[in-house]
Amino acid sequence: MSTVLQPAGAGNRRRIWRNAGTILGAGIVGFITFVAIFAPWLAPYDPFTIDLGRRVIPPMWMEGGTPANILGTDQLGRDYLSRLIYGARVSMIIGVATIITSGIIGTFLGVMGGFYGGRVDDAVMFAITARLSIPVVLVALAVAGLLGTSFTLVILVLGLLLWDRFAVVARSTTMQIRNLDYVAAARCAGCSPMTVLLKEVLPNIATHLAVVATLEMALAILLEAALSFLGLGVPPPLPSWGLMISEAKEYMFFSPWVIMIPGIALFILVLGVNLLGDALRDMLGTDLSR
Amino acid sequence: MLHFLRRRLPVAIRVALTVLTLSFLLTRLSGDLAISIAGPNASQEDIELIRSAYGLDRPLWVQYFDWLWRALQGDFGDSYFFKTRVARLIMERMPITMTLGLCGLFIALCVALPLGILAAVRENTWVDRSVLMVALIGQAMPSFWLGLILMVVLGLNLGWLPISGTGSWEHYVMPSIVLSFSAIPSLMRLTRSGMIEALASDYIRTARAKGLSRLSILVKHGFRNAAIPVVAIAAVQLGFMLGGSIVIETVFALHGVGYLAWESISKNDFPVVQAVVLVLALIYIGLTLLSDLLNAVLDPRLRSA
Repeated sequence: MSTVLQPAGAGNRRRIWRNAGTILGAGIVGFITFVAIFAPWLAPYDPFTIDLGRRVIPPMWMEGGTPANILGTDQLGRDYLSRLIYGARVSMIIGVATIITSGIIGTFLGVMGGFYGGRVDDAVMFAITARLSIPVVLVALAVAGLLGTSFTLVILVLGLLLWDRFAVVARSTTMQIRNLDYVAAARCAGCSPMTVLLKEVLPNIATHLAVVATLEMALAILLEAALSFLGLGVPPPLPSWGLMISEAKEYMFFSPWVIMIPGIALFILVLGVNLLGDALRDMLGTDLSR
Repeated sequence: MLHFLRRRLPVAIRVALTVLTLSFLLTRLSGDLAISIAGPNASQEDIELIRSAYGLDRPLWVQYFDWLWRALQGDFGDSYFFKTRVARLIMERMPITMTLGLCGLFIALCVALPLGILAAVRENTWVDRSVLMVALIGQAMPSFWLGLILMVVLGLNLGWLPISGTGSWEHYVMPSIVLSFSAIPSLMRLTRSGMIEALASDYIRTARAKGLSRLSILVKHGFRNAAIPVVAIAAVQLGFMLGGSIVIETVFALHGVGYLAWESISKNDFPVVQAVVLVLALIYIGLTLLSDLLNAVLDPRLRSA
């Protein structure tokens, strides 16, 4: 062992900083996942029980608050903390279900385009270009307006719209490894294209797709909140954070905390997911931000 | 340049035709458009009346080609609710959305370019890290929530700006700031990485060796090269921002195209919804084409690629 101490250089400091970001991101996402899973045990009250006699009570640390409702109550007298806890469920389920749907579609298209090239690739590139030109929020709103709002519909619409980045990354990474020796070896060994794709290509692009998944999950959570806020996402009385902000909007000028609490929760979750994505990207050492 | 256009234009036209078809199919999703227009309380006779009045009793492909033919001529039919031409409605509202989009982009560039350059020059210092932190915060901020907070703080508590509506230029300030947030992170990251790459190149070393001033090196040699992708992406970002303005216009009751779309969705006014989707998509296609062209004009190496 060398006894000379390394001065803490810029690179070192950067690594420490990055680690802090990773720990913060993992901590936030881990905590909110925990809350989402164990919501029934953690929530002090039922999030749907209306008590019109106890409306818009401020959080306990503010004037007029009570320890009975730590974060106060909403415009229908429902316990805000309980709704916030159940809201974590809505955000997490929609985020995860959306990236599973869009991940499957995007990965399939991207791998096909990247692996086969030629006409197939032209078609995939065309699909990506066409998809990008469609305004996501507007189409999602229009579909919800036509078919009525529901939890599944939000997942389906977002899943069918957010596959573009999966396809772009799957395509370019597949192209990079398509001609590598181990893929050629598998082909020569007589493996079917299906086997080559599933056993050789997919495991080797999976980490890149994981980075995309975090970015898309953050986007899906934000979009769900925006759709619910506009009244065309998750239907009431489900406690989505976006819907909570929308329902509390009338009271925000008198008691701003009603929009601050769900908004901060949303902000922290998205920040955490993005931090986790950045950490994953750094571990890979490649820049996929474009 | 002509060669370049000849290759890109057919793709753009094919994408535009696909989007035309998709926006036609979009309103047929519910199965029966007549029922959707009539609303939940309509009688069977009303539905039949609507069906024949709007020509919905014809075969789907006849409706499609009829709609396509008219749309290509800029005729999107009549609005069910406003009782005027859809094309006129959109023309009236478009300047508001365009102003919002351009102001948002302008603010985004004013913030993203200096910060991106600063982060690149001071790479790996606390300055760089703070800039990256700003990007992360911008990415995580729900736009509608930021809008509401600004309304409470700047509108109510400080009383500096009108809370909502469309009238004076002051009505555009808050929506533009909120809209710019969606573009700042990506523009900033791109400026930073472009500058880092440019500053590490040989021509910068040459410029330094020649004894040019630091500012001149940064602006004339570094930024000119780093700006190429940023300019191109800015055009694409504008397209995304116009698409995303629906949320912000609704929050601030700014009567642009996005607000029109939201109103029309809640009133089952499908010709308008269809047309707005189409117009925004076409603008986006135009902007990406412009972006490719700008790239080629600014960077001669890309022209033959």
